[in-house]
Amino acid sequence: MLYFSKLRILFITLFSVLFILIASSNLFKFDDSFFDKKINLGLDLQGGSYLLLEIDNEPVIEQKLQNLTTTIRNYFKEKNIKINNIKIDNQNIFFNVIDNDKQSVLDVFQDENSDLNPYYPRFKSHQLEIEDTGLNFKVNFSRQGLIKLKTSSQDQAIEIVRRRVDEVGTNEPNILKRGNNRILVELPGLDDPMRIKSLLGKTANLTFRFVTNDDNDRFGVEKLKFENGLEEATVSKRIIISGENLLDAQPKMDTQTNQTIVSFTLDRVGAKRFGKATSTGIGKQLAIVLDGKIISAPVVRDTIASGSGQISGGFTFQTATDLALLLRSGALPAPLEIIEERTVGPDLGQDSINAGMIALAIGFMLVIIFMFIKYKIFGLITNVTLIVNLFLLLGVLTLFEATLTLPGIAGIILTVGMAVDANVLIFERIKEELKDETNNILAFDGGYTKSRTAILDANITTLLAAIILFFMGSGPVKGFAVTLGVGIFTTLFSVYFIARLFTSIYVSRNKNKEKLI
Amino acid sequence: MIAFNKYYNHFNLLSLALIVVSLLLLIFKGLNFGIDFKGGTLIELRASDSKINVSSLRDRFSQMDLGDVSVKKFGNDTDFLVKFENKDNKKNIIEEIKVNLDKSFGNNYDFRRVENVGPKVSAELLKSGVIAISLSLALMLIYIWIRFEWQFSLGAILALFHDVIVTLGVFSLFNLEINLSIIAAVLTIVGYSMNDTVVIFDRVRENLRKYSDIKIFELTNISINETLSRTIITSATTLLALLAIYFFGGEILKGFSLAMIMGVVFGTYSSIYIANTVLVRLRVSQKTVLREDDQKN
Repeated sequence: MLYFSKLRILFITLFSVLFILIASSNLFKFDDSFFDKKINLGLDLQGGSYLLLEIDNEPVIEQKLQNLTTTIRNYFKEKNIKINNIKIDNQNIFFNVIDNDKQSVLDVFQDENSDLNPYYPRFKSHQLEIEDTGLNFKVNFSRQGLIKLKTSSQDQAIEIVRRRVDEVGTNEPNILKRGNNRILVELPGLDDPMRIKSLLGKTANLTFRFVTNDDNDRFGVEKLKFENGLEEATVSKRIIISGENLLDAQPKMDTQTNQTIVSFTLDRVGAKRFGKATSTGIGKQLAIVLDGKIISAPVVRDTIASGSGQISGGFTFQTATDLALLLRSGALPAPLEIIEERTVGPDLGQDSINAGMIALAIGFMLVIIFMFIKYKIFGLITNVTLIVNLFLLLGVLTLFEATLTLPGIAGIILTVGMAVDANVLIFERIKEELKDETNNILAFDGGYTKSRTAILDANITTLLAAIILFFMGSGPVKGFAVTLGVGIFTTLFSVYFIARLFTSIYVSRNKNKEKLI
Repeated sequence: MIAFNKYYNHFNLLSLALIVVSLLLLIFKGLNFGIDFKGGTLIELRASDSKINVSSLRDRFSQMDLGDVSVKKFGNDTDFLVKFENKDNKKNIIEEIKVNLDKSFGNNYDFRRVENVGPKVSAELLKSGVIAISLSLALMLIYIWIRFEWQFSLGAILALFHDVIVTLGVFSLFNLEINLSIIAAVLTIVGYSMNDTVVIFDRVRENLRKYSDIKIFELTNISINETLSRTIITSATTLLALLAIYFFGGEILKGFSLAMIMGVVFGTYSSIYIANTVLVRLRVSQKTVLREDDQKN
């Protein structure tokens, strides 16, 4: 155990130097891209905002089922099957057909090539399930159907969230999927997430619809409130143009009225429809509806064929900017709810870094002094090893550009405290060996060999705890698991290669010295 | 040599009492869950005006109809921690509070940290915390089972249970807050306590193979003594590191390091007085180890 070949010494030295270099790249700037890596600071250290959003899929499901009733009716109409009493109740569609048609309806729903009810061969499941309750048919989304629906609305939503966050221009946002109905947004450096929160809290569903007094409107009508919450108007359900038809939207100053407005440009389809509606609807009020509330309802004075227009509604410059941003980035498929928020101001982050570093320095000093007093020359060896170990740990974290959090710093300090354990186990064992063994080299050899299983067992158990923490923990706690886990490997390396190298050099030079340790 | 084995019975009774008291506390008093597990809102506030203090803050917040509001000093004289349930899960609650505070305090305060955990998330966090701890206990059990004989596995796991339950019992007794970092601390305690137990067990097994004529009662005592200086040194360096975190690592890490400090103390104690006594009570002998050795060959 005490012999080291020259090659091995070279390898250990190079390896340690490499990691010391990598670790120090956090302090200096290297031209080489391999060395120029940095440990990422977690949001709790650099300040920033963590938002967990949940997509409310209920309205999407409702909407899909609503569309489905029309599709089902039309589909079977072509096949000369009459669908009766079709209605939606509690996310189920119910309908009746005459007895003779029952089998053909079931066949359509259960056909693997059906275009009404898509089949997912991978999951051996249809999108919809049908059940004959005796009284009527009950159709609802299958498990797979619901999952598909959720992931697709998550895909759309994350895209819109990304656009909105990018438009605000925070630095390096991190936007990730969580499960199939959540989105995680990390915004480093942002200490007041109010604006982003209010932007993400809006679906931004924009429609232009005529105000009507005719209750028998072919498309149905609904009563909607104005933004101010006071007035109401009856609006047709017929959509002239919607947010999808917008090419661009910008906040502007209307030079005539001195009001802030949002001007927009429409795509070709939208421009055509808008032109037609404004030419036939002169004198009528056109309501601009955003998320179920009327922003304004101006009277149409002229045909607008240019495909551009403007929205006024008593905006401040800020609200106009936000509305334009929302319109540019598009509507969310479903409302988002912020179910978890954690925001740390940058000065608290800096305070945490400072406190962490002071604790690390003091903890380190205490351990080093203790070990030196206890073991003298071997304490010195342990301490050198400990310093190299710290660099190795930082080096590995830097190499993988891991995220360092405040609990992560605690993990490093804890590693310092626990790292001496392996060396202590070895040294204590050597002391025992020296009681019966007069040959120093043999005693050291025995000390290393006999303590090995205990050291391995002890480290594996801690590693198991770290692994569980890594997979079950979230955010800052994950950072703790990372430093604790990586610390175990660097500790084992530094104990078995670096400390052993120093020990072997010292022992072979003092072969015959008594009371070596 | 210290006669640890003289007090096996005494300390077993003490541990039993500690566990029973802890369980009673956990059942009847319960734990003081933070917003991570209970849901709600937390604001860490720093004031630059001496008019802002616990009572003036409490006054202001109680007028805002937020339900139960707790206001506490947090480290410095200028820092405060405000917690409330946010029952209706109001969306713009933080903005509303800011507007409200501006009225009485002007611009002389600053929100340093805001956390808002919805009821769904907190329930999930609690569940995953419980799963994490149970899973780690189970994994340790299996690992020791593979590495040692079942008697050792039982001893180690009982020691772990003891450490976890008594640590939580102390948290319940002093009404200390349980949050995500405490779960991390408990898991680390599990790892540390195991680590400590394994080192002694390793020596017990070695000695069992070596001496056929020494009874387990004596043998555990010999093993404890042989590993004693290591136990003391490692506990000491770990405690030094933890004390550094506790005193200098800032307010946020206080609960975490306190739990760890308790865990290290309990872990060291239980390795000696629980894990080993299980071996004695199960009458582990040289046969136990040799039989296993035969099977493995």
